[in-house]
Amino acid sequence: MSEMQLNQKGAKLVDILSGQEERILAEWMKEMTGSTRRGDLIKESELRAECTQFLKLLKQTTEAAGTDFQSPSFGPMREMLGDVSRGRAQKGFKPSETATFVFSLKRPLFDQIQTQYKGDTDAMAAEMWSLTELLDAMGLYTMEVFQKSREDMIRRQQEELLELSTPVVKLWDGILALPIIGTLDSARTQVVMESLLQAIVQTNSRMAIIDITGVPTVDTVVAQHLLKTVTAARLMGADCIISGVRPQIAQTIVHLGINLLDVTTKATLAAAFSVALQRLGISFVRDAAKS
Amino acid sequence: MAVVSTENVPVKTEPDVVTVRRRVREVSSQLGLSLVDQTKIITAASELARNTIIYGGGGSMQVQTLNGPRVGLRLTFEDNGPGIPDVDLALRDGFTTGSGLGLGLGGSKRLVNEFEIFSKPGAGTRITITRWK
Repeated sequence: MSEMQLNQKGAKLVDILSGQEERILAEWMKEMTGSTRRGDLIKESELRAECTQFLKLLKQTTEAAGTDFQSPSFGPMREMLGDVSRGRAQKGFKPSETATFVFSLKRPLFDQIQTQYKGDTDAMAAEMWSLTELLDAMGLYTMEVFQKSREDMIRRQQEELLELSTPVVKLWDGILALPIIGTLDSARTQVVMESLLQAIVQTNSRMAIIDITGVPTVDTVVAQHLLKTVTAARLMGADCIISGVRPQIAQTIVHLGINLLDVTTKATLAAAFSVALQRLGISFVRDAAKS
Repeated sequence: MAVVSTENVPVKTEPDVVTVRRRVREVSSQLGLSLVDQTKIITAASELARNTIIYGGGGSMQVQTLNGPRVGLRLTFEDNGPGIPDVDLALRDGFTTGSGLGLGLGGSKRLVNEFEIFSKPGAGTRITITRWK
């Protein structure tokens, strides 16, 4: 296709758009209300601004470069679509809802073409075809960016989860605490437990508190991991206290028939800390002068 | 008794156990089960899902919400694994052919209101549990 033809085609789209922006915008917004508008995720004014910006860019770009989405002149358009798509991915839009941003422009533009090319079916068909191609390319591009930004998000979250690897904290000389967050039946468990045993050796601690406040479910596998750790710590000369046993977890453990009688358990980390201090023979006295 | 909704969740690999727990948590809290009841059925689902993977070689979980006269949640775990030769023995606390505590099957029975198990050697296992509101 020669440059002139391209420009000609572009020029036609410009004709369709110019002077009709307001109307197309209104119809486009209406179209989206029916199919993809998420008032809960994006503000009406924000969406309107995006659409206006999109139409403006579309007019400028097609005027200069025709309808070939691959041409470098479409750079600003790609950038804008990319931003829109990434924004949607972050806001929690579904992929289809994101793609519909572009696709819902079809009907308003087609209606416009139909009005302008009344009687000239060949020209109408040609114009519709090139417009469909352009909008499809844009829609696909939106999906690509959406997919990619979702993947980036997942990768980042995975990395953050690894970073979250449970730290062993020292509460007092001789008292360690291991606050566990999340599920305890994965490969992570092994790492968590090993780090506790390591820390017991390094700090020469006699008491270790395992806090399970952040563990949503305690089933037999989780209990087994806990019991193993307690036993291993005991072999190393440290006593373990399990804290953060919530009422619902306590009832579940009873029904499951897990025997935790050999283990000291407490409802809160504070209670467990107090027991640990007691066992080490440490006590605090309120300063009468200050109270 | 009317089934309000039915959906299937694959139970094939270890990470699926997490998905199972999350899904059961969502559905049971939507149904308005108390926190204790939620925790009970989530824990039972966790046990049975893991059994499905470890002993059944993978299968699926069907989630059904029930209504009228009572509101409840019914989960069906199904696999085409080797099956359980002696169900009574398998339900006994402390019995295991694996490396666990041997409390999962009997424990999950105690965590729910209704517990049904069908299993034949070579024909797989199907366990249905129900927790009423």
